[in-house]
Amino acid sequence: MATTVKIPIKDQNLVSSLQDFFKAMLRDGGINGLMVAQHLPTKNSVMPTLVTDPDKLDTADPLAPVFPINAAKVVSKLTRKPLGGKVAVVLRPCEIRAFIELVKLKQGRVDDVVLIGMDCLGAYSNVQYPDFAGDNGMEATLRFYRNIQEGKGTACDGFDVSPACKACEHPIPENADVLIGLVGVDLKDHLLAKANTPRGEELLENLGLSSTSEPEKRGKEIEKLVTERLSYRDQMFVETSEATADVGKLVSYLGNCVNCYNCRVACPVCYCKECVFLTDVFDHEPSQYLRWAKRKGILKMPTDTVFFHLTRIAHMSTACIGCGQCSNACPNNIPVMELFRTMAHYTQTAFDYVAGRSLEDDPPLSVFREDEFQEVVAKSH
Amino acid sequence: MSDFEPTIIAFVCNWCTYTAADLAGTSRLTQPPNVRMIRMMCTGMVDPKYVIKALLEGADAVLISGCHPGDCHYINGNLKARRRVKLLKEILPRFGFDQRRVKLTWIGASEGIDFANTMNELVAEVKELGPNEVRKQMVI
Ligand code: SF4
Ligand code: SF4
Ligand code: FES
Repeated sequence: MATTVKIPIKDQNLVSSLQDFFKAMLRDGGINGLMVAQHLPTKNSVMPTLVTDPDKLDTADPLAPVFPINAAKVVSKLTRKPLGGKVAVVLRPCEIRAFIELVKLKQGRVDDVVLIGMDCLGAYSNVQYPDFAGDNGMEATLRFYRNIQEGKGTACDGFDVSPACKACEHPIPENADVLIGLVGVDLKDHLLAKANTPRGEELLENLGLSSTSEPEKRGKEIEKLVTERLSYRDQMFVETSEATADVGKLVSYLGNCVNCYNCRVACPVCYCKECVFLTDVFDHEPSQYLRWAKRKGILKMPTDTVFFHLTRIAHMSTACIGCGQCSNACPNNIPVMELFRTMAHYTQTAFDYVAGRSLEDDPPLSVFREDEFQEVVAKSH
Repeated sequence: MSDFEPTIIAFVCNWCTYTAADLAGTSRLTQPPNVRMIRMMCTGMVDPKYVIKALLEGADAVLISGCHPGDCHYINGNLKARRRVKLLKEILPRFGFDQRRVKLTWIGASEGIDFANTMNELVAEVKELGPNEVRKQMVI
C-alpha cells in the first residue's frame, strides 16, 4: 500500500506551503539536492534551479503555469554520468515522460534521481506568461489556482493554457516516485503527496507529515479531466490530418517556416547529438541550387523545409510525448505540436507503443523480431 | 497505357540484391531502364530520410531490397529496415503518398531471375499508379 500524506496549506498559500514542503525535504529527505522551477529575480518567468541550500527556495514555484523548457533535457544533463549524490527533481508529467524516453535512449539515468511529479493543469505559452504574471509571478500562480477552484477553469485574465496542454491525456504523473496531487483535493486545506516507489517512500518518511488516503472524488475528477482532454485531442487529430492531407497542403501548413530549427532544439526527445540538418550534408553546392531551380523555373529558399519536418517525424514521432515545446519555441506560430502529436499518435499506435509510459517498453525502432510485419514485405518472383 | 516512364530509386544491399542484379545482367535478362540503383552495404543503412528525400524530389517509387531474413551479412540489418518501412508506410500515406510507392523485398544473391521479374513487375505497377503528384505540389 502506497504511503499517502498531506502537505498542509498555511495562510491559504499554495506556493509558500509547497516551498515549506521542499525545504523540509531538502533538510530531512535524505537527498543532496533538489531541482525545482523558481522565479529568480526576473519574477515573471521560471527556470529550473538546482538547489542544495534550503534557504534558497524562497521563489520556488513549480505550480506556475509555464515551463520555458521541457526540463527532461536538464535532468538528462544531470544524470548522463554518476552525479555523486541523490537529487529529487520536481517535474511535470510530460517532463517525466520525456525523461523516460531519454533514459531508454541512454541519455540519462534514473539511479541518482527521485522523480517528483505534480498533477498538471496546463501551462501558458512562453510568450503569454510574462503578461499574465505581471511583476509578481507567485501571486499570479495563486490567481491561476483560485480561478480553477472557483470552477472557472484554466482560462484566466484572457489567457489560456496551450493547445498541447488541452490535448494532453496524461495530467497525472503516474510514473513518478512521488506524486503531488491537486485534482480532486481540497486545496484550501492540503495537497497530497503519494509515494509510488520505495525511493519515494524514503523521501517522505522523515518529514513528519500526517498520513491520509486519496479523496473519493479524486478518481472521478481525473476521469472527467482526461475525458475533456481526449475529446480536444481527437478533434485536433482530425483537423490536423485534414490540414496536411497531401504534400500541397503540408507545404502551406509549413508556409511560414524559416528553417530556424528552434522546434528541434526545444524538443526534449529529438535525441541526436548532432542534427543532420545542421551538418554540411545540407550545405549544398551553390550550383545545385541553380539546377534545382531550373527544374521548375523556381525554388523556394531556404530549401529542405518539408524534408526537415518529415524527417523529424520519421526519426522521433515514436518518442513524442506531446509537451508542445516545439510550438512554444516557434517564432512564426506554426502549429508544429499539432502536426507532431497527430503523427505520433499514428506511429505509436502502429507499434503498439506509448511514449513515456514505462522504462520497460522498448522504443519501437530499437527492437525488431524475425517474425513480424510480414505485410510490408512484397513478394519477389 | 500512356507513355509515362516512372523513375524508381532502388536502395539495394551489396551482398544480396545487388549481386542478384549483377547476375541478371550477366545472364542477359531484360531489365527496365526506369530503376536507378543505389548500392548500400546493407538495407539496415537506409535511413528513412533517404526514402523521404527521393519521394519529395519526385521519384515515383522507392524500392529497398536486401537479403532474406537470416541471411543479412550484418545479422539483422534487414529486420531494422523492415521496421523502418513499416514506419514509412504509416507516415507517408497520411501526406497523400500511395503506400505502394514504397516497396521492400528480399532478393538473394543467386536470384537473378527473381530480380529481373520483380523489377519488371514493379515498373508495371508504378505505371499503373501514375506519376507522383509531389512533382507538381513541391517547389522543393
Ligand atoms: S515534437 Fe513537440 S510535442 Fe512532441 S516531444 Fe517534441 S517538443 Fe514535445
Ligand atoms: S521553430 Fe517554427 S520556423 Fe523554426 S524550424 Fe520549427 S516550424 Fe520552422
Ligand atoms: S547485408 Fe543484405 S540486408 Fe543486410
